[in-house]
Amino acid sequence: MSAEKKFYLPEGLPTPRPARTGIDKEFWEATRRHELVVQQCNACKACQWGPELICHKCHSFDLGWRKVSGRGRLYSWVRCWNPVHPALKEACPYIVAVVELPDAGNVRMVGNLLGDPMQNPPFDSPVEAVFEDHPEATLVQWKVAG
Amino acid sequence: MNEYTVNDRVAIIGVGETTYYKRGQAPVPEFRLACEAIIKAADDAGIDVRDIDGISGYADDRNEASRLATALGLKHLGFAGMVWGGGGGGGSGAVGNAAAAVAAGYSKYCVVFRALAQGQFGRFGQAPVTNHVSGTAAYTAPYGLYVPAQWVALRTRRFMHQYGINQEPLAAVAMADYYHAQFNPRAVMYGRPLTREQYDKSRWIVEPFHLYDCCMENDGSAALILTTADRAKDARKKPAYIMAAAQGSNYRHNATVENSSDYASSNFKTLGPRLFEMAGIEPKDVDCAQIYEHFSGAVMISLVEHGFCKPEEIMEFVTFENITAPKGKLPINTSGGNIAECYMHGLELVTEAVRQVRGDSTCQVPDAKIALVASGPMVSPVSDLIVHSK
Repeated sequence: MSAEKKFYLPEGLPTPRPARTGIDKEFWEATRRHELVVQQCNACKACQWGPELICHKCHSFDLGWRKVSGRGRLYSWVRCWNPVHPALKEACPYIVAVVELPDAGNVRMVGNLLGDPMQNPPFDSPVEAVFEDHPEATLVQWKVAG
Repeated sequence: MNEYTVNDRVAIIGVGETTYYKRGQAPVPEFRLACEAIIKAADDAGIDVRDIDGISGYADDRNEASRLATALGLKHLGFAGMVWGGGGGGGSGAVGNAAAAVAAGYSKYCVVFRALAQGQFGRFGQAPVTNHVSGTAAYTAPYGLYVPAQWVALRTRRFMHQYGINQEPLAAVAMADYYHAQFNPRAVMYGRPLTREQYDKSRWIVEPFHLYDCCMENDGSAALILTTADRAKDARKKPAYIMAAAQGSNYRHNATVENSSDYASSNFKTLGPRLFEMAGIEPKDVDCAQIYEHFSGAVMISLVEHGFCKPEEIMEFVTFENITAPKGKLPINTSGGNIAECYMHGLELVTEAVRQVRGDSTCQVPDAKIALVASGPMVSPVSDLIVHSK
């Protein structure tokens, strides 16, 4: 990411807002503190992502949050060339990554892979979370671990 | 006949479609397109459209069954059903629902249809513009992950990585679709052949998908009529008997934010084997296959999960020569499919399977008796259909 570029993708994309059900309030509060959390069942300790109202393993409704390291594996990534949103007109190409988190039961998260959009990182490369503060919410981005 | 209650008890006796248009080019509203296709299918079947008493749809079709029944003056409506979920995953499933309704006696003549007019309504390949996003989309949209091309590409790339697959099988699918469309006057890309050079030079949409690896966006409508095997004897044309039609999904396939338990899957792993068991045949018995190609890369994974080849065999199996009619080992998408005939959310793949087994395809596979349709890889549910002629 160049020094003058404030965010990986230009402004104009929608800003995350916690769901009305309250299901992911803690997640978005944690990213604001630059912490990464994943939904975890208080009963059986299974992790799941995205958040759900019930644990898929033991059917407990008692769900909490597990703080994770922010270190993961680059499970898949693609270079996007087609502006699918007006805000992306000048932003292509950009990289969307799917990252697996070994310390949270291998749940996966989606973000952008920071750095040169023409990079070709190997699959399963180690990556780490980078918090990108926007005025109303903090996004979780990823970079190849150095 | 076997224990599976639909096998050979129900037949598709008529198919119809409107002119297929490029996106936004239909000169009439979507609802009229639906009416036209249904009337044509009834005519093809040799029945009075007013004798239709069942309506089966998918992909949250906007043209409601009750409005259609009213507008077309159907004498009564015995069955109205919809397959959950958007996209083309419900195409064969809607045939399955219709077949079940016919086998159970809820409907004597059941129509399956799909209608699209993207000029009148929104586009599939573009994101809606909003200031805020919450729920599942909050974890993807702010990162520019919006449309099926992108998440299908993510899964396809993981699969290609796991099995050492290059661009060739993807190119073969796109080239085969365009090749077949050159024989099909209904195809939007009829008269517009594709060269390998054009394919290679075409712009990336999202790697590994070039422009020509992606389905079109179209306006139009397609429909088909199902009835019992007994009534099918009076049909105007050769019936296509249903051997199996079913929906399916892998364990937690639809886990959100790219968390499918089996990520690089077309979501046919549990349905594929079940389908063949219902039909009482094996993959080698299939004469031609219509494999949903929203994006070319999903086709090879669908072929694997239906048992047509192993992942390690893809590079030898999915070649232009092997997948084109009339001589290929397994001709696929013989009308041009979603990429070159029309993106009618895969219902054009079902009408083509019917034409193949009754022998009037524009790209006929010699002596084709059994045709398979795989609808909607990677979405949930997906669905499958096998038809045959006697």
